[in-house]
Amino acid sequence: MAAHLSYGRVNLNVLREAVRRELREFLDKCAGSKAIVWDEYLTGPFGLIAQYSLLKEHEVEKMFTLKGSRLPAADVKNIIFFVRPRLELMDIIAENVLSEDRRGPTRDFHILFVPRRSLLCEQRLKDLGVLGSFIHREEYSLDLIPFDGDLLSMESECAFKECYLEGDQTSLYHAAKGLMTLQALYGTIPQIFGKGECARQVANMMIRMKREFTGSQNSIFPVFDNLLLLDRNVDLLTPLATQLTYEGLIDEIYGIQNSYVKLPPEKFAPKKQGDGAKDLPTEAKKLQLNSAEELYAEIRDKNFNAVGSVLSKKAKIISAAFEERHNAKTVGEIKQFVSQLPHMQAARGSLANHTSIAELIKDVTTSEDFFDKLTVEQEFMSGIDTDKVNNYIEDCIAQKHSLIKVLRLVCLQSVCNSGLKQKVLDYYKREILQTYGYEHILTLHNLEKAGLLKPQTGGRNNYPTIRKTLRLWMDDVNEQNPTDISYVYSGYAPLSVRLAQLLSRPGWRSIEEVLRILPGPHFEERQPLPTGLQKKRQPGENRVTLVFFLGGVTFAEIAALRFLSQLEDGGTEYVIATTKLINGTSWIEALMEKPF
Amino acid sequence: MNRTKGDEEEYWNSSKFKAFTFDDEDDELSQLKESKRAVNSLRDFVDDDDDDDLERVSWTGEPVGSRTRPGSFQSLSDALSDTPAKSYAPELGRPKGEYRDYSNDWSPSDTVRRLRKGKVCSLERFRSLQDKLQLLEEAVSMHDGNVITAVLIFLKRTLSKEILFRELEVRQIALRHLIHFLKEIGDQKLLLDLFRFLDRTEELALSHYREHLNIQDPDKRKEFLKTCIGLPFSAEDSAHIQDHYTLLERQIIIEANDRHLESAGQTEIFRKHPRKASILNMPLVTTLFYSCFYHYTEAEGTFSSPINLKKTFKIPDKQYVLTALAARAKLRAWNDVDALFTTKNWLGYTKKRAPIGFHRVVEILHKNNAPVQILQEYVNLVEDVDTKLNLATKFKCHDVVIDTYRDLKDRQQLLAYRSKVDKGSAEEEKIDALLSSSQIRWKN
Repeated sequence: MAAHLSYGRVNLNVLREAVRRELREFLDKCAGSKAIVWDEYLTGPFGLIAQYSLLKEHEVEKMFTLKGSRLPAADVKNIIFFVRPRLELMDIIAENVLSEDRRGPTRDFHILFVPRRSLLCEQRLKDLGVLGSFIHREEYSLDLIPFDGDLLSMESECAFKECYLEGDQTSLYHAAKGLMTLQALYGTIPQIFGKGECARQVANMMIRMKREFTGSQNSIFPVFDNLLLLDRNVDLLTPLATQLTYEGLIDEIYGIQNSYVKLPPEKFAPKKQGDGAKDLPTEAKKLQLNSAEELYAEIRDKNFNAVGSVLSKKAKIISAAFEERHNAKTVGEIKQFVSQLPHMQAARGSLANHTSIAELIKDVTTSEDFFDKLTVEQEFMSGIDTDKVNNYIEDCIAQKHSLIKVLRLVCLQSVCNSGLKQKVLDYYKREILQTYGYEHILTLHNLEKAGLLKPQTGGRNNYPTIRKTLRLWMDDVNEQNPTDISYVYSGYAPLSVRLAQLLSRPGWRSIEEVLRILPGPHFEERQPLPTGLQKKRQPGENRVTLVFFLGGVTFAEIAALRFLSQLEDGGTEYVIATTKLINGTSWIEALMEKPF
Repeated sequence: MNRTKGDEEEYWNSSKFKAFTFDDEDDELSQLKESKRAVNSLRDFVDDDDDDDLERVSWTGEPVGSRTRPGSFQSLSDALSDTPAKSYAPELGRPKGEYRDYSNDWSPSDTVRRLRKGKVCSLERFRSLQDKLQLLEEAVSMHDGNVITAVLIFLKRTLSKEILFRELEVRQIALRHLIHFLKEIGDQKLLLDLFRFLDRTEELALSHYREHLNIQDPDKRKEFLKTCIGLPFSAEDSAHIQDHYTLLERQIIIEANDRHLESAGQTEIFRKHPRKASILNMPLVTTLFYSCFYHYTEAEGTFSSPINLKKTFKIPDKQYVLTALAARAKLRAWNDVDALFTTKNWLGYTKKRAPIGFHRVVEILHKNNAPVQILQEYVNLVEDVDTKLNLATKFKCHDVVIDTYRDLKDRQQLLAYRSKVDKGSAEEEKIDALLSSSQIRWKN
């Protein structure tokens, strides 16, 4: 059921199996029937590694959402809380435990912290007088979750904020632990490259952890040749721009959560009659999006402008295939046709879904406002008029477009100008505060601290140098048959991916000057391998590089790396890992200040 | 198709099971329904054999996290710092005594390593400052925030504030963890002390200001904001904070007054257009809109008059005109709209002028469903011919389009436009008359 995880160069099903095994082992520790009480945030990520059947096989009979007051009645021996280590959740758990009916049959309580136990949380439980009620308090190191054949994410929503704003490195520690797990399963990664302060930290932790585990020599033949650790703050620009790949646009417009998207139902015909009739017609259509779906795998990374032609081509092929039935004359032919029917019907369903999604997206991308926004973004990225107040942004504020949209644009302008002129910055700030509320002063400070929105210091704009050296802006972009990664933003080549590309060929030595302008150190570490494990590459065999984005990665960047993997003479295939799958909106939202 | 597998997929994926997804746009009632539905549908493939249980489940529909109260965090920090002579980490064993194997000889680095694995370890033995700092350095070098925080809590309890701050000042990573931790548990007092000690005055100010977000009562919030004025913000921010206070102060006065007027039922504007929400805590521009909507004609002396707001908050002309226009257009007060753009020069001639550009005026009027006659008047004032034509075409101001093509002597375009107007309409007649006119020297 997770076959798509093994399609790639690295079989990520191995990782999935490993985390499933760990989950089973924990469940078996709590003998007897069980109910799981879920921290709602976790159900999405868990859904990617375990189906309900797995839990049921291990006597999980009920599942509840973590809520205040009393636990629902359930005739089970064990109640297990699956939670993130957060203080506010401890309060709820304590309330659940304290309001347990003492007259009823006693139930055993357990806690599974994901991904780590927290002394602070346990102290909280102790203060609330319930710590002793738990028989098992354990942690489940679900650090890296396989999302697709070449994609892993920690789905840690505040990793960027914690690392770059609070200076809390806990998520880096988890990243390092996740990498150690990967190495335990896929062999030591011989070479580590990195750029950025956090990258340096993670590499240090890995080296230290390796030293501590010297007892057990890793005897697995290495699958990965290189690891590239990249700080998100080395490339603050890319997530701010609107992604223009199919998957990127779905995420921008509807938001993809744990590989699922919820869409307005109007464009999707009801599945079955009678069955669907009971459901409200307003209920969102929920679809899973991953490479298990053949058509989606083919179009997800294309520029949206190239998706229409693929869909119409597919439509012709499928109707032709269905027409075949008229030609099937003999019993044998009919039999063969029928045997292909399920596949054809699945393909037709998939095509219908994506045609509907593409229509929904087209409604947005053909709107005047989308065009205006894109024009401004592209002007900024190609270095036009980045140093004065922009009319379109001004209009957006005047018309009270969403604050996040405004912030994305202002930050983009700031990043493309190495900071705004003080006068321009003050102007934007005042307009934003007067229109959206003074309390956003806090959010503006957060953005400044993260380097996204700041005054230009020293009166020097480095962006043009970076843009030219790394060829970030390409005027002749081919959206249909791309020849360069810049197709994912219709002209802008994501800086992060350019760094990965240049690392593989011709090497970073060629861009030393730009690397010095970008924040944080760049480095290279080697992890020596015993001679028996050293790889002898066959001629023509591609290297495998794991690119780890610390602080988040967008679908467009993933698409660009996949594009590089598929280049015939590319020489490198990429597997992507990240602390969180993000887009500009979710990213900025995480940096906004809310009441406690 | 494998039926069970299908069901499993359905279980995780189906939108029927909303109880397990965050869905903030839902209101509580629908969440409740969702949850009930989720529970009931679980039965289909979860509990074929005992279906009674699920019926009895009481779902409150209360969203997770809604119980989070700042006050409850406060108690944690209190508890942590006031627990007399009790060590923190040693209490945290696994209840079944799995790890009761601790020795008193663990070095700081062993101790930290054991803490990291969640094992019992006494920190209390580390009495000298040197030992404590070594413990901290070991924890920091592990990068495990969990352990760093545990050690910091120990230090916070056993060291004087001055020493703790002094030592952390030279240990930036640990310092950042402490700040994050204090923010998380809401120990505002110690946090402010720390910022004061570090001379990080702006952070001090912001951190204090941030607290207002948690104060619901408008009067208390206002009083709190007052305490923020004069804190060491940057010059720009100081002005904004002052404005924030002044705005809320005004809103409280306006709100009390208008609520009274509305309930008295004597004022026409409130009768015709009952207020949809209170004006408290709304942004400045929203407040200005409100004031232009309900208090447009008031004299400058009243707090609620638009002119007073404009002066007090130094609202730029452009912003003011935009907002007033939107408010008056919504009320279809076309005379007010007209007056907004009419200026008299010193000879007494009137002239139309819009600081925001007439194209914007047209867009806003159209958004407020202004009739074509009104729209037409302003479309005509747009200077750029292409923009004018675009707007006129978009908003079906036929006369403007026809006149413009006539002035441009563009026969082809006029001919093409003929197909866009209704058959037999006055516009069609007008076009026909122009097309057959011998007075015009067409350019094409």
